[in-house]
Amino acid sequence: MALLSFERKYRVRGGTLIGGDLFDFWVGPFYVGFFGIVTVFCALFGTALIIFGAALGPTWNIWLISINPPSIDYKLGLAPLREGGLWQFITIFAMGAFISWALREVEICRKLGMGYHVPFAFGVAIFAFAALNVIRPFMLGAWGHGFPYGIYSHLNWVWFTGYQYENFHYNPVHWVAITFFFTTTFALALHGGMVLSAVNPQKGQAIKTPEHEDTYFRDTIGYSIGTLGIHRLGLFLALNAGFWAGIGMLVSGPIYAGSWVEWWEFLRVTGPMGGN
Amino acid sequence: MTQYQHIFTRIQVAGPPEAGVEIPEDAAFERKGGPRLSYWIGKIGNAQLGPIYLGFWGVTSIIAFAIGFTIIGLNMAADVNWNPIRFVRELVWLSLDPPLEEHGLAILPPLREGGWWLIAGFFITLSILLWWVRMYRRAVSLGLGLHVCWAFAAAIWLFLVLGFIRPIFMGSWHHAVPFGIFSHLDWTNNFSLEWGNIFWNPFHALSIVFLYGSVLLFAMHGATILAVARYGGEREIEQIADRGTASERAALFWRWTMGFNASMESIHRWAWWFAMLTTLTGGIGILITGTVVEDWTEWGIKHGIVPADFSMWPDTPDSTVSSWGLEPEPAVAPIPVEPAAPATPAEPAAPAEPATPAAPAAGTDTGTDTMAPAGENAAPTTTEQQQ
Repeated sequence: MALLSFERKYRVRGGTLIGGDLFDFWVGPFYVGFFGIVTVFCALFGTALIIFGAALGPTWNIWLISINPPSIDYKLGLAPLREGGLWQFITIFAMGAFISWALREVEICRKLGMGYHVPFAFGVAIFAFAALNVIRPFMLGAWGHGFPYGIYSHLNWVWFTGYQYENFHYNPVHWVAITFFFTTTFALALHGGMVLSAVNPQKGQAIKTPEHEDTYFRDTIGYSIGTLGIHRLGLFLALNAGFWAGIGMLVSGPIYAGSWVEWWEFLRVTGPMGGN
Repeated sequence: MTQYQHIFTRIQVAGPPEAGVEIPEDAAFERKGGPRLSYWIGKIGNAQLGPIYLGFWGVTSIIAFAIGFTIIGLNMAADVNWNPIRFVRELVWLSLDPPLEEHGLAILPPLREGGWWLIAGFFITLSILLWWVRMYRRAVSLGLGLHVCWAFAAAIWLFLVLGFIRPIFMGSWHHAVPFGIFSHLDWTNNFSLEWGNIFWNPFHALSIVFLYGSVLLFAMHGATILAVARYGGEREIEQIADRGTASERAALFWRWTMGFNASMESIHRWAWWFAMLTTLTGGIGILITGTVVEDWTEWGIKHGIVPADFSMWPDTPDSTVSSWGLEPEPAVAPIPVEPAAPATPAEPAAPAEPATPAAPAAGTDTGTDTMAPAGENAAPTTTEQQQ
């Protein structure tokens, strides 16, 4: 059950970080491991608390359900469950689930003799989440600065938080993050399209080679980064998107609390030609 | 251990440069330039730069782009009275704006009232379409599939919606995006404010999901291939045609992690669709805004994705004020102190808070003015009152 034709020979013992052989087994297609147990525990508790919070709330409309952070009056203390305490525990369980998921990926990498690129990359995503709901609220001195957990309610938070800085589009770090997001998607379209077009060639033709791929991009833009390079580039772009998104939020509030529109005025008012 | 992580190429083999796959019908336009080898570029990707294929479509595309780009630059230079230092210092504020509202869909309004914008937009659009033809014809010449061309077409769809299709539906070129750094950001900002908060536009939400999903997919895919590069995982075409241990390990990694895996070919289908759907759904979302739906907040309330009573969602606290170092809050909310009457009449009172936080200021201009929503935050926090 659930085994791919070639899977049996890869299912070997060992590679665990903790727990030895105790949790070194699979359930269906899933590898378990110590961190699998921790992930499931955190995910189940977190989900149960979300459902509990929804049950306490005014609606079962999936789009409107919102688990709200505490008032900033509670600062960095624990709030009663109904007044943001649920949000605090859900955040703790989320961080627990994310981190143990990353460590479980490390164990799977070790089992399969792979590099640790995937758990490292996931670590950057965890950083982006933590930047918003752990690091930035801590720097501001109140957990209430985290975003609410709701499909649409978190957008409401984004809206109001952005306009506290007059116009978030003027945040230069936000520019960097957006540019990386767009460039990553652009590069992904090129890479996905390139590989598909090589293995799904014109009618009646044989499958193409990396030489054809290189020729296509050399012909059109003068450079082809190559089969290994495109994955380095893609990973670099994607990780920078997440990283700078987190940094862009950390500078807004804790570091710079003014208007991002006015921030640019230094270009006009400083230096030898300033003021004209 | 680090030498197996494939972050950089440690040993570069410099053989004879590749001239590219021979194409018989290329006689008229040969490949030009290079090839040269760059040691530092070779650290990350192929060391070889060039050659490049010129060809009719590419050359005309570059000429058209140069014309459009120059028109934009000259208009900006004229705006700073041809002062090169002001041009550099104020570049981020400079803009070539689309025609004034009253010019409607006129083919050539007065040049400095949008005529130049139309001419520049024409040449840039022409350049992009010619470049598409170039990508198409190179793919056909090399016998490749047309997947890159179709992905490019998906991006062109969004570009045409923003600058051509939607303005026609709206009845004036005025509604298109200006050419400029801050001005296009202002346009984006005001677009959301004018049409009742684009966050409640489901196609905008889908587009964001595919954008973030694309970044997630490339992080997952790039990392997976690098992690199995020690087994030759970057030879994707070979692995698709004849599965090897790199593909097997890559697939099993995700199967064991999340219970599901793509194949070496299908991951590229996921990638291609996610990237294309970003602009396809985004274009739909832009096109129906202001044409089919005039107020996304109203639309959201009607369809049950936005609460009619916003008190269901929390007030967003003011994050420009830190809570560090403040005295502990009293158990009872402080009694607000009446502020002393100012000696001179202050600014006119701020407009009343809007009924919903998303409601834009009435009569928002689509122009280049920077605007913040009228109601910054519905309820000031007690922390603020204490300050």
